Amino acid sequence: MKAPTYAPVPTTSVDEVVLEARAAELGSRSIKTSSKRAALHLAIRCIDLTTLEGADTPGKVASLCRKAVRPDATNPAIPHVAAVCVYPEMVAHAAAAVTGTGVAVASVAGAFPSGLSDLDVRTDDIRSAVAEGADEIDIVLNRSAFLSGDLATVHDEVAASKDACGDAHLKVILEAGELGGYEPVRRASMLAMAAGADFIKTSTGKIPKAATPAMALCMAEAIREHAHQTGRAVGFKVAGGIRTAKQAWHYLVLMGETLGTDWLTPDLFRLGASSLLNDILLQLGKLDSGRYGGPDYVTVD
Amino acid sequence: MSGHLPVDKTFKLFIGGAFPRSESGHTFQVRTDDGRLLANAAKASRKDLREAVRAARSAQAGWAGRTAYNRGQVLYRVAEMLDARSDEFTALLRDSGLSDESARAEVEQAVDRWVWYAGWADKVDQVLGTVNPVAGPFFNFTFPEPTGVVVQAVPDHPPLLGLTSRLAPAVVTGNTSVVLAGEAAALVAMSLAEVLATSDVPGGVVNILTGDRVGLLPWALGHLDVNAVDLSGAPDDLSDEAFADAAENVKRLVHGDATAASPSVIAQFLEMKTVWHPIGR
Amino acid sequence: MADQTPDFDLDYAPAPESTAVVHLADEYGLFIGGEFVAPRSGRTFDTINPATEERLATVSEGNADDVDLAVASAREAFEEHWRDTPGTVRARYLYRIARQLQERSREFAVLETMDGGKPIRESRDVDLPLVAAHFFHHAGWADKLEYAFPNRNVAPHGVVGQIVPWNFPMLMAAWKLAPALACGNTVVLKPAETTPLTALLMAEVLQDVGLPPGVVNIVTGAGDTGAALVEHPDVDKLAFTGSTGVGKQIQRSAAVRRLPLTLELGGKAANVVFEDAAIDQAIEGVINGIFFNQGHVCCAGSRLLVQESIAEGLIERLKERMTRLRVGDPLDKNTDVGAINSAEQLARITALVESGVEEGAVLHQAPCDLPGRGFWFAPSVFTGVQQSQRIAREEIFGPVLAVQTFRTPDEAVEKANNSPYGLSAGIWTEKGSKILWMAERLRAGVVWANTFNKFDATSPFGGYKESGFGREGGLQGLGAYVRDVEALEVGGGSL
Repeated sequence: MKAPTYAPVPTTSVDEVVLEARAAELGSRSIKTSSKRAALHLAIRCIDLTTLEGADTPGKVASLCRKAVRPDATNPAIPHVAAVCVYPEMVAHAAAAVTGTGVAVASVAGAFPSGLSDLDVRTDDIRSAVAEGADEIDIVLNRSAFLSGDLATVHDEVAASKDACGDAHLKVILEAGELGGYEPVRRASMLAMAAGADFIKTSTGKIPKAATPAMALCMAEAIREHAHQTGRAVGFKVAGGIRTAKQAWHYLVLMGETLGTDWLTPDLFRLGASSLLNDILLQLGKLDSGRYGGPDYVTVD
Repeated sequence: MSGHLPVDKTFKLFIGGAFPRSESGHTFQVRTDDGRLLANAAKASRKDLREAVRAARSAQAGWAGRTAYNRGQVLYRVAEMLDARSDEFTALLRDSGLSDESARAEVEQAVDRWVWYAGWADKVDQVLGTVNPVAGPFFNFTFPEPTGVVVQAVPDHPPLLGLTSRLAPAVVTGNTSVVLAGEAAALVAMSLAEVLATSDVPGGVVNILTGDRVGLLPWALGHLDVNAVDLSGAPDDLSDEAFADAAENVKRLVHGDATAASPSVIAQFLEMKTVWHPIGR
Repeated sequence: MADQTPDFDLDYAPAPESTAVVHLADEYGLFIGGEFVAPRSGRTFDTINPATEERLATVSEGNADDVDLAVASAREAFEEHWRDTPGTVRARYLYRIARQLQERSREFAVLETMDGGKPIRESRDVDLPLVAAHFFHHAGWADKLEYAFPNRNVAPHGVVGQIVPWNFPMLMAAWKLAPALACGNTVVLKPAETTPLTALLMAEVLQDVGLPPGVVNIVTGAGDTGAALVEHPDVDKLAFTGSTGVGKQIQRSAAVRRLPLTLELGGKAANVVFEDAAIDQAIEGVINGIFFNQGHVCCAGSRLLVQESIAEGLIERLKERMTRLRVGDPLDKNTDVGAINSAEQLARITALVESGVEEGAVLHQAPCDLPGRGFWFAPSVFTGVQQSQRIAREEIFGPVLAVQTFRTPDEAVEKANNSPYGLSAGIWTEKGSKILWMAERLRAGVVWANTFNKFDATSPFGGYKESGFGREGGLQGLGAYVRDVEALEVGGGSL
């Protein structure tokens, strides 16, 4: 398949005040109790259960994978998550643990989280993660090139990364909190999608500035524009600071009202998180029992 | 013999929303005119001043970034809280030598003054700002902004009204303040600190140090991260050197009357910003 | 075992705000001289919830005798004590009123929604906060008027007659009462016929804060009640917000008597979207501009003027966005568009929309399930609009947008200004100089750039041309409630 070539296009402008107001308004929607359960199950099915720490060990990863496959061992009706997300070194362990379960293995690759190393080193990292068993690859946008105005390089590196993925799907992390505003986020989104990204993702979760609903709305609007122009549906992943079911609902509503219910599926929407899963289990528990739960009543895996 | 022995209050400093003792450990005694001990108060050191300025600077951008309406609401809450404690403040003013009638009147006036300045928060821009008809196709407007961190040596008399008359106009527009209260007004100032602490005033917006102002002022005047110094209650015998120090970072030096109330007092703590923008297709 | 939970499809709950917080009396008198009194007219009428058509309460219909009593009460209060009450004391009352309204805002918001039909999210998040802020702001002027009118010797007018509409009942009452009281006037207020209840609840607040009797009097009723107030010989100033037709009648009457008058009337605002706008946000702005409060807004952006180069795509996007609007129970927190205020208003909207179709415009309506009872109109947009069609010229005052195109900024200005109205306008472009260039040329009292329907106690609001004269809010709005003492003493002067 021929690699896409970079062509500069003017970016649609974004008004910060109106965007933020609309994102907040979407957070005030109230979901029907009978739909809450469906929303919570959907949220679980869209989670990329993540561990990206220097202290990760095979044991830690195995434990995470068991939780990913069976979030609540006592309740088989709770679905499995979409994927586990780990460092390349851990991919083989994860793949062994989730094989045949329907849970995918996602790997960050390519000098995550800074992205600052030689392109060849980064694409090799991708190829080896895929060889170890990764179904999905999460890379970071080259913010250094982006912020210094070298958009062609940004584009071509994403295209090269997509090529290195082979059959694996590619998520491009914009690290939106570093880009300085909503217009750069829109520009970066359009650029990544033009270069072949299957998903665009808000953040690495490694910098203090976490994902926000307004960032998500901005990126969803970019995805909508891209779909209009090309007919291609690109997925959206929000990561960084997502800890509560309430936040998960907010993002589901935002996606649904901006892109339509077609996007409300793990194929096109992911929540990158670790502690979110337990909060969702607590909420499901409250729906069942009517009582508020606590940390003692969900497992730390 | 009466059964209940009162648990006397310790008066500390007010910095960053908390009440620490002086890092020096020093205190001074506050007595009535006839020698009865009222309390020991903290004697602030230059290091306390340094911490207070740091707290004021940290709080300044956030305080200035709030809407004028919000700052007005906070000052109005200060008035409410002060009003609710008027008996306590009246007693404090009596202890400082005032008659009951004068004490009560001063507390009422101080409450009124917090209310008055609360109402200025969302009006200063309209009264002091302008749209300027420049001779060219430009939209040109001037609006006030708070100067930043101010250190205020507040008048000793009247203790509560003097402090209010200098502090409220400074903070209403988004400045943060380090108040240097003299020994005579120390207890009133620290009691006001308690009112501020329960009025949704963010920590660091107002800091209050009690003790030796003659010793502290030169440090304040020389501090490079202080934007303005209010000398309304400063002793007369400050040295020429202290004033020369203030020129190092071109500090704004202001003085005012202990009881005057006017938007000109607010203006003493403001900068004016003018913006140009072309008009065209 | 597979996940057998049904798919999540954005199914929003009815999330109704409880009405338990509101305690309605069965019947209300008129609020005169600090108490509720039976109407001398002996006549009453019912007020209903336009979403359900259920009766809420019975209120009194004041006649000329009732108005006379109210004006006399206001006059007595003014002469006996209010004119000499120091500004600091007037300020205290206004602060207390503001605080009470702030603390009881949920109750007022629910009642406002029940009586008028606007979504609870609006009354709770927009109307009531603005109401409290308006009283706070004016409380802060009452004790510092010398700075509002420097170098002028001013005094209150005396007794002011104020008539407010049904689209923002509490907010319009606040816009009238707060500056009037701050400046030392006493008031006779006439709420709209279909929305009297929040004003009557506010009377309770006035009693609770100890406002001296007669300083504010509230006379409910309909058109005749308003006319009686307008014609009353002992009123010193009039303020009216409502339809242009009634405004003109009032002006005829007031002009003959040289009465100080402020009018805030209708509008047919142009919302201008340039090709270099932040398009996604412009769409939000256009939607908000016409569908906020069901389009029952004098400053509604009821005409979209979109630059031709982007028109087709924008209109499609607009239609898609309209499908996300939720029309329904105003008490439901998820509702975006509530009920039409009355059967009469619904009939007016329907007739105008029919005229649009007859005159050749193309109607598109958002698909929605409208409830069986109550007054409802689906959000609508007309394309193929000609400037001469009634839907392009007349104020519809409903959720109906008329779309026209333009090619250049000059043409946008020309089309936007081509109206007897001049209340507001919207400009959507990312180019700052163009905003300022357009703002200079638009004949409208309020210009919103990259935003719409924004109100603030400090921001003067009012119209040009047939949208009325005078401003409410801000320094400029305060001036309507004082007169120059110098001018009177000199007897008109030679200037």
